[in-house]
Amino acid sequence: MFNSNIRVLFPFKIVAVLLLFIGTVSCKSTESTKSDETASSSNKSELEELYWEKVEQSRMDFTEADVKFMRGMIAHHAQALIMSRLAPENNAGAAVQRLAARIINAQKDEIASMQQWLRDRDQPAPKIQIEGLDLYIEIDNEPFTSYKKMPGVLSQQKLEELAKAKGTEFDRLFLKYMIEHHAGAVHMVDNLFGTDGAAQDEQAFRLASDIQVDQRTEIDRMQLMLDDLPESG
Amino acid sequence: MLLAIVAFATYSCAPSSSTVDNSSSATYSSDIKPLEEIEKPSPDPRVGLEAGLFDAEEAIWNLNLLSQTPPPKDFVGVTNSDLAFKDNYAIQGNYNGFMVWDISDPAEPSLVVDFLCPASQSDVSVYGDLLFVSGEGLGGRLDCGTEGVNKAVSEERLRGIRIFDISDIKNPEYISNVQTCRGSHTHSVLDDPKDEENVYVYVSGSAPVRPEEELPGCSSAPPEDDPNSALYRIEVIKVPLDNPEQAAIVNSPRIFENLTEAPTHGLSPADQAKIEKAKEEGAFVADVFGRERIIPDRIIQPMLLNIAKENGREAPTAADSTTLRNNLQDILTERYGSGNDDDEEGDETEERGPNQCHDITLYPEIGLAGGACEGYGLLLDISDPASPKRVDAVADSNFAYWHSATFNNEGDKVLFTDEWGGGGQPKCREDDPYEWGANAIFTIDDNKEMHFQSYFKMPAAQTEQENCVAHNGSLIPVPDRDIMVQSWYQGGISIFDWTDPKNPVEIAFHDRGPVDSTRMQMGGSWSVYWYNGAIVNSEIARGLDIFELEPSPYLTQNEIDAANTIKFDQLNAQGQPKYDWPATFALAKAYVDQLERGRSLSPERLIAIRESISEAEGASGSEQETLLSELADRIEGQAAASEQTAKMKKLTSTLRDLASK
Repeated sequence: MFNSNIRVLFPFKIVAVLLLFIGTVSCKSTESTKSDETASSSNKSELEELYWEKVEQSRMDFTEADVKFMRGMIAHHAQALIMSRLAPENNAGAAVQRLAARIINAQKDEIASMQQWLRDRDQPAPKIQIEGLDLYIEIDNEPFTSYKKMPGVLSQQKLEELAKAKGTEFDRLFLKYMIEHHAGAVHMVDNLFGTDGAAQDEQAFRLASDIQVDQRTEIDRMQLMLDDLPESG
Repeated sequence: MLLAIVAFATYSCAPSSSTVDNSSSATYSSDIKPLEEIEKPSPDPRVGLEAGLFDAEEAIWNLNLLSQTPPPKDFVGVTNSDLAFKDNYAIQGNYNGFMVWDISDPAEPSLVVDFLCPASQSDVSVYGDLLFVSGEGLGGRLDCGTEGVNKAVSEERLRGIRIFDISDIKNPEYISNVQTCRGSHTHSVLDDPKDEENVYVYVSGSAPVRPEEELPGCSSAPPEDDPNSALYRIEVIKVPLDNPEQAAIVNSPRIFENLTEAPTHGLSPADQAKIEKAKEEGAFVADVFGRERIIPDRIIQPMLLNIAKENGREAPTAADSTTLRNNLQDILTERYGSGNDDDEEGDETEERGPNQCHDITLYPEIGLAGGACEGYGLLLDISDPASPKRVDAVADSNFAYWHSATFNNEGDKVLFTDEWGGGGQPKCREDDPYEWGANAIFTIDDNKEMHFQSYFKMPAAQTEQENCVAHNGSLIPVPDRDIMVQSWYQGGISIFDWTDPKNPVEIAFHDRGPVDSTRMQMGGSWSVYWYNGAIVNSEIARGLDIFELEPSPYLTQNEIDAANTIKFDQLNAQGQPKYDWPATFALAKAYVDQLERGRSLSPERLIAIRESISEAEGASGSEQETLLSELADRIEGQAAASEQTAKMKKLTSTLRDLASK
């Protein structure tokens, strides 16, 4: 019977109790005692070892398509950062500024997750360097440029056009190009799912699904924002 | 393990509030405090907890941890997900299948089933003898095998709903499944009060559409190219209770049709301030597309010029400005429409709203459901269970991804969560905005329209190593208050009161340090629900926790006792049950405690009422009946003059119900 085993493994005991009293202490306060036990990896329980073993194992179930997707999406996201960072300095409207701040926050975290995903599987992860409108990506000290052919990636010319636009004009271009950009990411996820053996890995599935769903949601929102912009001129 | 217990000195040694202290003075030195006087542990003990898998440091406030039980070997290291309940059992989903725990003794839950049948996210629901399990990922197999599916197109793949017979819960039997185009990320079971023979399962899928070759009829083309598109709809499965193996999709309603820009409260205080400032400076402000906006000069100038010309002038004067100001709204409404016209011609792709829901909470007793659908929160009329209809929608520029909904018991408020970042990201860091990845609370008026009131986010900053964002929760049936327990992934669990929708207040919590101190490793609370007095937490990495409420100045023992008079024989939090409290002495005492918290009765009166209740409780038969009726009469006489008339009336009707028992 599993449960009795577990109980032996994990007696539910409180090693130390720290009572924090708030307000007037009208009864005896207990001194806080700290646990001296430093759990070294050697005395980790059997179940905990199994946990890390399983986590490690789950990282072995990936394909070349998953790796390519992660690398490409990291680069793809990096360009969204370049675009979004223009918003404050180009005097974007409040709603676009908030959207841009959100995109930076979300995509930075996702880049970190995808880099972590690659490192966990001993796959070299793209390193990103952004200088103004220029994006330098290296994998294993080799320049990585093939991302420029991916769907939704803006040409340098379009980036420069965006960088020159100000105010409402910037809002319009930003929304237009970010919708294209996001649509490219949605497409990349569809391609991944259409590849044999891809996205079996729970984390890859989750990352790809979340990216697609978030970007679809953002596309809809940006489309509405774009429709909302006052007519040009 | 180090357990930090935060208690109120006055509470840990004070007599319980239901004891009458005859020597009590006339001043309010009450143990029962109004929520605005809440004293929270400071500094917040949840900040800076030590990491660990089964030995993380913990912080707890106003809760008792009764047990924490790790998953069995086949399930450890794999994500634990949602919970459903039947009799004394908690059913816990896991990406490898599901587990059934006997929680009769909450301090010692025992595992009765560990059913290996992989599919993410294994969202679980029960109805009578049936168990429904969601499958979305690419590795789910029809035969429950653990080897995954290595082809992009395969006849072996399950994405949809699995149905098990749990009439003998110790031996679940897999009876059938319903395949859907996008798989099932989550689902909700609708028990229609008018339909004895069927239940309905609303399926929400958010993953990419599967290929047509795998499941005929699945299309990911936009609906204008293919009316049969699997996007922009939910699936409704009808399950005949006598023949559950005949369960099938009966409708795929497009509840998003014509959803253009929803009315938003959208403006942050900063935006609002900007508009006010612009108004002061003489800018033209009008309502366009359902929101107040500053109308740019390049639109205003030509209009002014037109008015000037009509008045025979070359250049506009102040008088022309005034004319424009008075007519601006009408001109713009004519030009742009009122922002929610459904009948406007337009490019359909531009007019389209969300294309899927993440989760739908059904509240059959009030005939409504709350759908959290990408960028929108929807209110659905579910009086015809197979054809839900949208009655209102809200959008919010602070919300990334509408995730789930919870109604209050009255059904006049609804709370939506924003699962910003999808749940796998740390979104409760020091510098993450309070409004992002939070709850948004709305009131629902008589016209079934939602109105934004406030945000609530678990307030303790979490580390970069902890995934954290608003997630699942359920109401705790404390009478006459809206109290909810909620998951925040590695932000732990938080209990908060949103009776005043503008001022939600946290009243209890539990949190652990990160699973891993060196990196983000998925963990934390996926779902936490109140079930028959137990607060059951499905911890992604650590297993099953069971808590009970601990009385505090913000929630008394009587209120907890009254909540515990609500008993279910099954529960799916996404199929919200309506609480109807039986008349008990605990309920009467809970109301008295709340009257004390509201500070609208004098201490003497409170003492008198408590003494009378206690006397009646000790009596029996006709004597008890007389005492209760007399007390009810007395309180009724005072009700009209009270600041808490409604609560006084609830107390009197409870006393009368008790008298007539």
